[in-house]
Amino acid sequence: VTFDQSNGLLLTKSLLWISCLALNCTINRKSLFDRKHYFYADMPAGYQITQQRVPIAVNGMLVYSHFEGRRRNQVVTKSVKIKQIQLEQDSGKSLHDDEQSQTLIDLNRAGVGLMELVMEPEMCCGEEAAAAVRELQLILQALGTCQANMAEGQLRVDANVSVHRPGEPLGVRTEVKNINSVRHLAKAIDYEIQRQMEVLQSAGKVLNETRAFDSKSGNTIPMRDKEGLQDYRFMPEPNLPPLFVYESKASVPAGVDPAQVVVIDRLSAQLPELPSVKRTRLVETYGILQEHSFTLVNEDGLMDYFENVVQTTKAEPRKVIGWVIKELMGNLNSQNLKVSQSPISPCALAELINLAESGHISSSTAKQVFQEMWKAPEKTVGQIVKEQDLWMINDKEELQKICRRIVDSHPEEVQIIRRGNKKVLNKLMGEVQRETKGRTDPVQVRAILEKMVS
Amino acid sequence: MESPTITASRSVSRRGEKRFHVEISKTGGGEVVAQGLPAWLSTLSAGPASARGPESASPQPPTRAAPNTAQTCRHLHSKVSQALRDGRVSATELCRKCIDQIQRTHYLNAFITITGETAMEQAQRADNRIRTGKPLGPLDGIPFSVKDNFCTENIKTTCASKMLKGYVPPFSATVVQKLLDQGAVLVGKTNLDEFAMGAGSTDGVFGPVRNPWSYTTLYREQSTEDPDSDWAISGGSSGGSAAAVAALSSFLALGSDTGGSTRNPGSLCGVVALKPTYGLLSRHGLIPLVNSMDVPGIMTRSVHDAATVLRILQGRDERDSTTVQAPSTPPSLPEHFDIRDICVGIPKEYHAPGLSTDTLAQWSRVAAMFEQAGARVQEVSLPHTQHSIVCYHVLCCCEVASNMARFDGLEYGHRSTIDSSTDAMYATTRHEGFNNVVRRRILSGNYFLLKSNYERYFVKAQQMRRLITEDLKNVFRSGIDVLLTPTTLSDAARYTDFIQEDNRTRSAQEDVFTQPVNMAGLPAVTVPTALSRRGLPISLQLIGQTLQDWKLLTVAHWMEQQVNFPMIHLHGDSDERKLDRSVRERTHTIGS
Repeated sequence: VTFDQSNGLLLTKSLLWISCLALNCTINRKSLFDRKHYFYADMPAGYQITQQRVPIAVNGMLVYSHFEGRRRNQVVTKSVKIKQIQLEQDSGKSLHDDEQSQTLIDLNRAGVGLMELVMEPEMCCGEEAAAAVRELQLILQALGTCQANMAEGQLRVDANVSVHRPGEPLGVRTEVKNINSVRHLAKAIDYEIQRQMEVLQSAGKVLNETRAFDSKSGNTIPMRDKEGLQDYRFMPEPNLPPLFVYESKASVPAGVDPAQVVVIDRLSAQLPELPSVKRTRLVETYGILQEHSFTLVNEDGLMDYFENVVQTTKAEPRKVIGWVIKELMGNLNSQNLKVSQSPISPCALAELINLAESGHISSSTAKQVFQEMWKAPEKTVGQIVKEQDLWMINDKEELQKICRRIVDSHPEEVQIIRRGNKKVLNKLMGEVQRETKGRTDPVQVRAILEKMVS
Repeated sequence: MESPTITASRSVSRRGEKRFHVEISKTGGGEVVAQGLPAWLSTLSAGPASARGPESASPQPPTRAAPNTAQTCRHLHSKVSQALRDGRVSATELCRKCIDQIQRTHYLNAFITITGETAMEQAQRADNRIRTGKPLGPLDGIPFSVKDNFCTENIKTTCASKMLKGYVPPFSATVVQKLLDQGAVLVGKTNLDEFAMGAGSTDGVFGPVRNPWSYTTLYREQSTEDPDSDWAISGGSSGGSAAAVAALSSFLALGSDTGGSTRNPGSLCGVVALKPTYGLLSRHGLIPLVNSMDVPGIMTRSVHDAATVLRILQGRDERDSTTVQAPSTPPSLPEHFDIRDICVGIPKEYHAPGLSTDTLAQWSRVAAMFEQAGARVQEVSLPHTQHSIVCYHVLCCCEVASNMARFDGLEYGHRSTIDSSTDAMYATTRHEGFNNVVRRRILSGNYFLLKSNYERYFVKAQQMRRLITEDLKNVFRSGIDVLLTPTTLSDAARYTDFIQEDNRTRSAQEDVFTQPVNMAGLPAVTVPTALSRRGLPISLQLIGQTLQDWKLLTVAHWMEQQVNFPMIHLHGDSDERKLDRSVRERTHTIGS
């Protein structure tokens, strides 16, 4: 995990601790740095500063949920232990130019601090891992640690995969790198599980190796030949003294400025609302489905959008959620837009929902108006309804006239209905809807039509 | 490759070779052994065994008497910075004189780069400030030089290695920048052992540094050989900086001190050399040798000057996490100071085999001086000191192996033309770039750090390091203020003799008295006390408590005033009079 460094070093530091707290870790009061040596062009010092002996934090827990069941709407909550969180140096990036057979190295990130989380082997398929990483992304975004975008390398995931028979110890593991999205993570793991099982079933041996995920083929391929076992020749990093953190202001020793050190109490108080808490609150406050709470929290800005609409409309939150999830997200997804780029503001959507709720436009018209608003965001809801003459026909006489016309022009259908097949009434209703461009209340129309044909 | 079994150096171990796997004694070391001047010190120095026995009983130098000039110099109070401010001398004049002197003494090979042009520009700016009455401080307009392992912006930095050929740093080391910010004028980068690995300044790619004192009348008169074949080493690894200050071509110089690299050449070249408390001065921009022991060293012509420079350089640097807040220091060393309040410890383990009679005599003489002046002098014991040099070598090699890994030919410096593969390029670049001293230490260090060896070497050496530190702490806790020891076993060796042994052997001999201080991170200063029979400087070392650098310098200042160390007179320098008196001024050259 990289840090959003736009706010300076001090904030970056506190983001580290806050991240550890958010992941329920025990923070070590004193942590140590070590050097890990190896020659690789992307590591210009010839070693990486990491934390081999005493990391920043240990024994954390990440709680995540994923969906099961045929309609994938059954929420299953699981957890994975976080073994440790350590601070270490990022490396450079090698870019291989096969045509000119040369390697270019981008050192811009080399030496910059990043946070590494080591999870225990407790997940059993690609989907679980993907859900866990997704939850981690949401937590990191909520904390402001970073955007956790995998494609941009802000969050990188290496998957360690092994297979074993029930009751037997864990098998030999491989490490899969080069995974740049949550979707690819699931794919890479599932491929690797399958591959290892096939290897074992054909009496082969799984090698302890590093493999790369190839997103085009969906396969994993051996990455670098490690030329036997690497001896990293670890030693304590002499340039970085131990890192101390303090429980509370009172535990800061005399002579140390409390403003210049990390005080856990102070940071705990700064913890924002975490995604799991948000979801529970949404379900309890608005009575929406649990699966909808996931969508609201997963999409950046969607929860705020939803709550904004709910506050400015008289409609039930359960009705609003339908608009937000189906119409808004449907349109955003088809055009690959973010919530913040929506042409329809929460206010405008609330206005539209209000018109439908109060019966000034029909619900089918409302959906039509929504699409018009999407195309012409500069126009108000009222303008569109007026221009396209979409107001609901509430005049009883006019409705009667229209219905009469339809009944008169469909004698055959009327005959069928009169013989007892009430289903055909729906066809007549559809004709009325077409005639009025959906500007009628179906309940009213049905009542009138029923009267006329009886 | 060196044998993996480390043996104690013969100059330390009294029982000959010693396995490295030392039994760690449970008994605490570092206690006061006896009150008063140790018997062995007074007996030896006064006894018939000593060549200069009768003399050394008196406070007079047991060796050659100092020339008369020394006496007068000590009492001159014309300070260069005052002269600058008074307009008696200009910064540009001073700078030109130093550059002239560098050129006149080019045979010393003290400099790798002379920055004449930029120096004159800096001096010009200093003159403008001084003329308008706005000098930046006591160092404004003062010429200085810097060991060539400190990064200097836009000035090539070589570490006397082929590996850093063509490297021009884009920034200056914090300590260099602090001097520049004070208006000090950088006249050049000085010679050293490759990557500061050595104790002679004989193992650099630019050749050995010669000791200016081997070009004095006194030395030359005793020599039957050509000045080009018979000369003494400068000591090292900061030999260039020491020679520059000794030969009067700089008023101050920066060295680096990992196991004695500032104090050793300072001692052999007869200048004041301070190794401050670890962490008091920033190491940012000092190309690392052993991060946990490296400190920038200060070399000057007087203790007073060293104090002035220390005051400017000390303090926290956010670019070096190991730096600490400096204790508050008064503007200058106290003029009136009662030596009777001081307790001087004489560590008996420093009376080591190989210690020359001249050096022992000086040690005895100065210890007696302290005692006669009313200071308490006590013999103390540092029982783990004898294991220090072996452990130092293990730790040094480990960090060297790690720190040298960055020199791979990719980012800067030398790159081999072999490019059949990246690995081949690394290997040949490093083989071509490093001398065999550096290569050996890398190889040994990597061996010690192997997973299977780590506990046996690195961890054991660190445990011993803690015991050595505890010894010193205990001594200071018992009431000792400073320790008085020799800095080196003897005066400077002749170059042709010195190179008879390899770098590792020489380092073990030369660093024996200096590196325990680096292991413990304590401050130490070496002050020249007299000339040997060969006419070469002999110096003594004072060791202080952590962050008590100022107190250490106060005692050193007192000692400096008592010993009457002579001025240098370079042989055949017929134009001596041309050198401004202020340039030759030894004591109190800089200062407010």
